[in-house]
Amino acid sequence: MDINYTALLPEIILSVAGIILMLLIPFVPRESQPKLGYVGLVGILLALCALVLQWGGERGLAFFNMVFQDDFANFSKLIFLLSVGAITATSMHYLAQDRLLKAEYFSLLLFSTVGMCLMAASADLIMTFLGIEILSISTYVLAGYRSSEMKSTESALKYFILGAFSTAFLLYGVALVYGATGTTKYLQISHAISDMDSYPVFLLLGVGFMIVGFGFKAAFAPFHVWTPDVYEGAPIPITAHLAVASKAAAVVAFLRILFQVVPDLSLQWQELLWISAVLTMLIGNIAALTQSNIKRMLAYSSIAHAGYLLVGLTANSTMGAQGVLFYLMAYAFMNLGAFTVVQLVARQGEANVEIKDYAGLGFKYPLLGLALSVFIVSLAGIPLTAGFTGKLFLFSAAIQQGMYWLVVIAVVASAIGIYYYIRVLVFMYMKEPEGEIESVGIPGVARIVILIMVLGTLYLGVLPGSVLRMASEAVKF
Amino acid sequence: MLGNENILTTLLLIPTVGAILLALLPDRNHSLIRNATLAVTVLTFVCSLPLAWRLDAQNGGMQFVKDLPWIQAGGFTISYHIGIDGISLFLVVLTTFLMPLAVLGSWSITRNVKAYMILVLLLEVGMLGAFVALDLVLFYFFWEAMLIPMYFLIGIWGSKNRVYAAVKFFLYTAFGSLLMLAALIALYFLNSGSSFNIVQITERLADGSISVNPLGEVLLFLAFFIAFAIKVPLFPFHTWLPDAHVEAPTAASAILAGVLLKMGTYGLLRFCLPMFPRAAVELAPMVCVLAIIGIIYGALVAMVQPDVKKLVAYSSVSHLGFVVLGIFAFNLTSIEGATYQMLSHGVSTGALFLLVGMLYDRRHTRLIEDFGGIAHKMPIFATVFLIITLSSIGLPGLNGFVGEFLILQGTFLKSHIYAVFAASAVILAAVYMLWMYQRVFMGKLNNEANKQLLDLTPREILTVLPFILMAIWMGVFPGTFLRKMDASMQKVVDRIEEVHQDQVYRVENRRLGTEPE
Repeated sequence: MDINYTALLPEIILSVAGIILMLLIPFVPRESQPKLGYVGLVGILLALCALVLQWGGERGLAFFNMVFQDDFANFSKLIFLLSVGAITATSMHYLAQDRLLKAEYFSLLLFSTVGMCLMAASADLIMTFLGIEILSISTYVLAGYRSSEMKSTESALKYFILGAFSTAFLLYGVALVYGATGTTKYLQISHAISDMDSYPVFLLLGVGFMIVGFGFKAAFAPFHVWTPDVYEGAPIPITAHLAVASKAAAVVAFLRILFQVVPDLSLQWQELLWISAVLTMLIGNIAALTQSNIKRMLAYSSIAHAGYLLVGLTANSTMGAQGVLFYLMAYAFMNLGAFTVVQLVARQGEANVEIKDYAGLGFKYPLLGLALSVFIVSLAGIPLTAGFTGKLFLFSAAIQQGMYWLVVIAVVASAIGIYYYIRVLVFMYMKEPEGEIESVGIPGVARIVILIMVLGTLYLGVLPGSVLRMASEAVKF
Repeated sequence: MLGNENILTTLLLIPTVGAILLALLPDRNHSLIRNATLAVTVLTFVCSLPLAWRLDAQNGGMQFVKDLPWIQAGGFTISYHIGIDGISLFLVVLTTFLMPLAVLGSWSITRNVKAYMILVLLLEVGMLGAFVALDLVLFYFFWEAMLIPMYFLIGIWGSKNRVYAAVKFFLYTAFGSLLMLAALIALYFLNSGSSFNIVQITERLADGSISVNPLGEVLLFLAFFIAFAIKVPLFPFHTWLPDAHVEAPTAASAILAGVLLKMGTYGLLRFCLPMFPRAAVELAPMVCVLAIIGIIYGALVAMVQPDVKKLVAYSSVSHLGFVVLGIFAFNLTSIEGATYQMLSHGVSTGALFLLVGMLYDRRHTRLIEDFGGIAHKMPIFATVFLIITLSSIGLPGLNGFVGEFLILQGTFLKSHIYAVFAASAVILAAVYMLWMYQRVFMGKLNNEANKQLLDLTPREILTVLPFILMAIWMGVFPGTFLRKMDASMQKVVDRIEEVHQDQVYRVENRRLGTEPE
């Protein structure tokens, strides 16, 4: 029972960086406040260093047995830090361009990362809840950051109300589970459940409520309805944050609970997840078909991808868990890349977020076009890219467990998905623009981010071995 | 000299590196880009020739094998495992043979030449990769990756309705292959998760160490079969083909018809038959009927096409129907005929598309009614076109005859009725091709616009000459090719015979490439 600071080093660094940022704000003129993002970046880099030092270290509990210290947490934190790093970097340009000159933005991003890290490492339902709250409250504010825009405010309000609603579900679930087992500690709950001869109804109900709560956060159908509006209204970097990092946090926390808290109830939850997976994949992909706004399209596409992740979770196996981790990493690279390009193309005031605004862009900006093509192809799951290897690993996990129909539905859903993804390519390369294409400003930082994302997408697509090995080490609970 | 095990890797590397280098050349220097691409494809062709020399015809197994671990983690064992046997050898050579000619046929492309050529080279990598891959995931990798360059070639450089055609092409093929992905993962776990090795899985399925129940076998068979049937395309999955062919730029049509369609029939021979022989035998009547419908339907529809390119496209449906029929007749004669027909169709139809492209470059129309009597103005073109037309019809002495004859002979042994119906299309083929030839080239030169037509340029002659030589060679000395295929084909046939003695009409499996004793 001790605090073991080193285990929490990344979280501590991030929190301190966030606080320093807030202290700096009064001393920096408004015009240069977007530059404070660099402070955030430094914090993230330091946290990354701390993470690397911890990697492969001793496993155990820390922070008064409230968090796990293991590679599962480390792998998840790597995904979060990578995403938030990219989002911070691209946000600087976004904030300056749209004159949203309030640098609290970056502290909120850092605090949300702390929340995510705690969710991934949590060993106690109370800690999980706190992590979710830290993440959610930061993102509620961030979603409404374009406060002069109705849509952004609407997005924040919707997100807040539905988020609060889902948290209530989760908390009620936690309470019921506590009632059934007398503890909130993951490992003790798991022991208590395996000692039971029959499962009391309120335990099952509690677990069900928790699934609903996580379903909301990760946008699993039928709890996905908030996603498109919130994603459309939020500032683009925040949309990326919600679609990638925040979703990843919900999924890994959920995964840990499924595997470490309620593995004995797998018969029950597998069935629920099976249904949810099918719904999520089909709804996400079918609804995306008709979208003309690229942010909405990516919102539905992110629902679809959550469905593929559910396939891995439903498999309830080591292969499934490692597939989920790998896919989250792959998904982070391709989706952050896509959102970065979307942000650049949107230009000032998010004026160009319709798919038709991409007409002719591929030839006017060949490198930007090539990069977006890589991301789109990867999202569609075509080989050579991370999206394909990710799907291969996830679907393999399900087939290993004999869930053939689930995989057949998954491949049908992916085939539907290809249509709306390649439509972006159609516009980029095969349609004439309606007028002159306005110039797209591509700041140096964004170039670096896009380059990293392209390389990451291709690396995971062609040589996925090393990351897959890391993921498979990480899921040895 | 290259070591045997490195030849195939080199073949994959040359166009890849070529594409990367091409990306570094200046955009504007079109002739440099074209010539560089031509040089790369010619080099690939030259490097592929030793394969034909060195392949041991007595050995039906895989040769030139290279096997390196690729992904080994988390319960997956995926390798970079490549090699060829008698089935894939000539398809590889056909690909490398067609590519330089397709590049030569692309000289009229003037928009975004660099991107075009890079895509052509990447397409070549994809096609070669799919033919040589011996690991299921590697195969799928190339098979799908191939779609992207083709999609862009049709969608960007195609004619009016190109976007529709490109998207349709992509969706049809991607849908089919995703089911195949599920099936190949299932095979991996049936193989107790030890490898995706195609040769090993085929052997284990044969000796019973991987057991699949009959329903499972039929489902697995279908998952592969649908992917391949869409690619072939077999009736009723063919509707993407006319669109794609008509809209695609000349070279892409030639490659599509010449090589891409063969992926489907190659897949049938490599996967469906040897891996799931019971299901194949079980479903053969259905497949044969679909193939025959395709043969006759394709020919009939070709007959009424007003557009030369569309006519050639539908003739492909008919010709590929023959190939599928030959494969599912399950004897050495018919299967060898089918493989020969694949090669021969690649040569004739590839050439036909390039020839139609030359006409289109001059007149910007492909409608038969816009022409007539142009033989007066373009005597060389008319002669060349006639030779290729005859080779496509299957005139003895040219390539088309051999394949069709063997297929019909083999099919006759299996079922007289199939053979009779299929043979009717040989007559129809003569009707639509010659009638088209007559309307385009013969008669009076009435249309004013055609009076200015110029005959073939030296570059164009250089493009078609290899096709003519190849057509004659394949027609007169089929033994050169068949000899190399025998052993590998025999393995496939043996596999079928093993499981279903009574369904197979045993023929005296005379080695076709050699003289009868």
